[in-house]
Amino acid sequence: MDNVGKKRFSPGAWISANKVTALFIVLCVGAFFASKQSMAFLLGELFTRIGRNTFLVLSLIIPVVCGLGLNFGIVIGAMAAQIGVFAISVFEMSGFGSMVVCLLVATPLAVLFGYGTGKLFNNMKGSEMIGGMVLRYCADGFYQLLFLFIFGGVIKIDNIRLMIAGTSGVKNTIDLIDSIKYVVDELPLLNVLLVVLVGTALWQVVVLAGALRGKQQALVRKTLVNLVGCGAIFACTYIPYLEKMLITTKWSLLDAVEVIVYVGSAALVVAELYGKALLERAFELKKLGARIAGLVVVYLLTYIPSVEKLLRSVKVPVFTFCLIALLCVFNQAIFKTRLGQNMRTVGQSMAVASSSGINVDRTRIIAIILSTVLACWGQLISLQNIGTLQTYGAHDTVGQFAIAALLVGGASVHRANNRQALLGVVLFHTLFILSPSAGKELFGNAAIGEYFRVFIAYGVIALSLAMHAWKGKSAPKIRLTTPPATPGEGTPSEGNGAVPEPA
Amino acid sequence: MESDYVLQMDGVSKEYSGNRVLKNVSLSVKRGEIHALMGENGAGKSTLMNILFGMPVIHNTGGFEGSILLDGCPATISNPQEAMQAGIGMVHQEFMLIPGFTVTENIKVGRELTKPTFFSRIFGKSLETLDFGTMKQDARRALDTVGLGIEEHVRIAGLPVGYMQFIEIAREIDKTGIRLLVFDEPTAVLTESEAARLLAAMRDIAAQGIAIIFITHRLDEVMTVSDSVTILRDGELVTRMPTADTNVHQIAELMVGRKIGGQLTAAEERRQTREGIALKLRDLCVDMPGEALEGVDLDIREGEIFGVGGLAGQGKLGIPNGIMGLYPATGSVELFGEALDFDKLGDALQKGVAFVSEDRRGVGLLLEDSVRLNIIFTAMQINNQFLKGNMLDTREANHHAQEMVKNLDIRCTSIHQVVGDLSGGNQQKVCVARALATNPRLLFVSEPTRGIDIGAKRLVLDLLRRINEEQGMTIVMVSSELVELRSICDRIAIVSDGQVSAIMSPTDSDVNFGLAMSGIRVGAGGPAEELGGEQA
Repeated sequence: MDNVGKKRFSPGAWISANKVTALFIVLCVGAFFASKQSMAFLLGELFTRIGRNTFLVLSLIIPVVCGLGLNFGIVIGAMAAQIGVFAISVFEMSGFGSMVVCLLVATPLAVLFGYGTGKLFNNMKGSEMIGGMVLRYCADGFYQLLFLFIFGGVIKIDNIRLMIAGTSGVKNTIDLIDSIKYVVDELPLLNVLLVVLVGTALWQVVVLAGALRGKQQALVRKTLVNLVGCGAIFACTYIPYLEKMLITTKWSLLDAVEVIVYVGSAALVVAELYGKALLERAFELKKLGARIAGLVVVYLLTYIPSVEKLLRSVKVPVFTFCLIALLCVFNQAIFKTRLGQNMRTVGQSMAVASSSGINVDRTRIIAIILSTVLACWGQLISLQNIGTLQTYGAHDTVGQFAIAALLVGGASVHRANNRQALLGVVLFHTLFILSPSAGKELFGNAAIGEYFRVFIAYGVIALSLAMHAWKGKSAPKIRLTTPPATPGEGTPSEGNGAVPEPA
Repeated sequence: MESDYVLQMDGVSKEYSGNRVLKNVSLSVKRGEIHALMGENGAGKSTLMNILFGMPVIHNTGGFEGSILLDGCPATISNPQEAMQAGIGMVHQEFMLIPGFTVTENIKVGRELTKPTFFSRIFGKSLETLDFGTMKQDARRALDTVGLGIEEHVRIAGLPVGYMQFIEIAREIDKTGIRLLVFDEPTAVLTESEAARLLAAMRDIAAQGIAIIFITHRLDEVMTVSDSVTILRDGELVTRMPTADTNVHQIAELMVGRKIGGQLTAAEERRQTREGIALKLRDLCVDMPGEALEGVDLDIREGEIFGVGGLAGQGKLGIPNGIMGLYPATGSVELFGEALDFDKLGDALQKGVAFVSEDRRGVGLLLEDSVRLNIIFTAMQINNQFLKGNMLDTREANHHAQEMVKNLDIRCTSIHQVVGDLSGGNQQKVCVARALATNPRLLFVSEPTRGIDIGAKRLVLDLLRRINEEQGMTIVMVSSELVELRSICDRIAIVSDGQVSAIMSPTDSDVNFGLAMSGIRVGAGGPAEELGGEQA
């Protein structure tokens, strides 16, 4: 698969532009063969970890684009999530409702923490990353004060399952099996779809009522069409195949491939028709055909027995992956808005941004708040999957691992996107899963693999920061080869060619 | 009559911590007029523009006196955003463009057009999506106005500078309600044909009723394009007149003028200059950002005080900085007959050259350290002076520092005082003391009087002259202050556009100095260039 991708972008150029990623691909492939693990084991573990961590990694993208670098402050968002989880554990809530309560407690906290972090970062422009790192340790101190002294010491909590007996403080481990374990992973899509449909329908009814009163013919027609659409989608859920898929909360990879092929081809056709009808684009039958053929080939590949067996054996939580996809869409969409464009401008040049009337400080604070809140939700997703809360350790490596994963995917301090985040998660966690067994096979000691992966996590951060610094330093030196006069001499002919001379 | 003027600034005065930089200046610009604003560096042009734009630097230092009328109505502009809303735009000298953005995005930066979406109805306008279609059309229109036939979806990075300048202008024109546009030395970075194109575009813009303030040092451009001209000198208004009533020579003379009559007089008596050549430059190119030097030939005699003048950004600072190895340089440099090796760091220092940098606080001084250490530091590094083995020779260091403090009249509580606490003039003297501690044969002094008060200026200049007379040291003084150069130098080279435009005697006329600073070659053996001839 990697080879196909490389060929298209000319492998040499791609490797030199993505040294870290290329190195990790080699390491992953090497570790896979060294570890003698089966593909089924790797994929199973990998998809669990993708579900757990991708949301957190994706939460890093907005601050990078906004010029704040890698936000080590996401750890504070994770702490907000853990405070939320602790709250529902105290009141012994359970089920999906408890997750909602968790969100309601944790999100405002995350907004508050994000605001504070943003304020701090605005006072230390240019050193946000080291600031975030130190802030994380500072916050850890407060967190321990809260959980070890204030809970139990100041605020009396009589819950022997949570509190350390005989002294103040919360236990090291909180069991989430009865509260939020798997509540996101095992939420049927059908429920979500119904909620969305009912919500949309109600909203449209309200709009319709207003439109009828105001006698706005066009709007009336539009809302009626929308309502019919809602009804049609609702009716579709009774199609047996769809109903089965929507109720199943854990698809096998085979199911996922099937759905992607069906939905993908349908979407391609619809997009083409839409483009023809509304944007008056020409039909590109060949392109469409090629794409659908590609999907069909993928589908046919699943009929190879070994592939089929492999894909059947790996299960993925559907709703969690939908959320991840949604966040990817959000990360794309936000930069198409005014706010997002302001963020990009601030990220490129604060001087230009402020001279064009953009409130730089405010934009940066919003970016950090968004990142912190998303990290908080990401931590909740991660915790509900793990099923236990390590009170004092769960947030420990959140920042480092997410940042390392993003960097492995080829992101830098100044540039990051969804693709890099997803690729990074896959590579980073592949190595993480395989290195203990690879270490055991190669050196007869699993611990060596363990050391190796810790070294990798921190090493990759240091390496990519250093590479970034070198790049910045070495750039200006090359300039002397062309004295300042030459580019000036070269341009007039070019300039006159493109500039029509009216006078 | 009143409303004929888009902008009237009357009786504007401004003080920076007791230092008056603008005295009762007025500036008025009519609708559709191109008005040239001229003056040497430090004449107060940028301060005046900062006031017009309500820059924070003005309000943080106690505001200003005087009034601003826009279209005849009194206006208060307290920040750049308000200036923007009032229809005042600025084409910056250093480009305010984002390389990673497309032309359209740059033109529309901060003023993006948006369409409402579902989310924006709930969470507010900032979540409206960008309307790229309309933005492109607007950008196209603005680009057509300035006559730039570039595709609007191209990225800025990699475009020629000339294009960037036009895009910058297109951005300002695209602002709705723009009525006054300030061009701050727009042609400084352009080639001749691009500059001509720009001037044509300026005329087109003015023809649409937008007033233009044109800041430039190029006199010929002023003559070709402007309708009227305001000249500032030393923070004072010299004159405002229609361009048709004047000529290049008059403007040059008015710009330079004679500022301080009695205090600083031209060096008349000839000092003893020896026969040898102290410094021989051949085709020296220096890649110093903003002060690039492109091929300079100079011979500086032993024992003279040689002045290097010229406007900021023309390259005069490149000479000392290149020779000292602070910026990459090519060409050949001979010091007292010995060739200088650019690849060897500190070679100039080893060969007996000392440098008092224009960047006093950045390069010149160790601000957190004592007067003593600052004085002996370079000598210690280069000549191993003031050392006993590898340890500091405290007694000798103290003795030397104290002597310097006495000789140069450095006002400090003791030689152990931290240099950062001294006044600007005394810091400058410490810099000179440090340069002298190495016993140099040639001393570069760069902008020695920048940022110090008038009394201290005299002391520093007298000091330089005394060193030259008593020790016979060759001194090369680089300064933007022509009057100062003319008061102590034996010969003065004027650098313009990275090249020496003239070597003049301090007694040459103001006109000639003014012309030389504008890049028009006079004297120096060569014939006057076509531009000078055409206007005369």
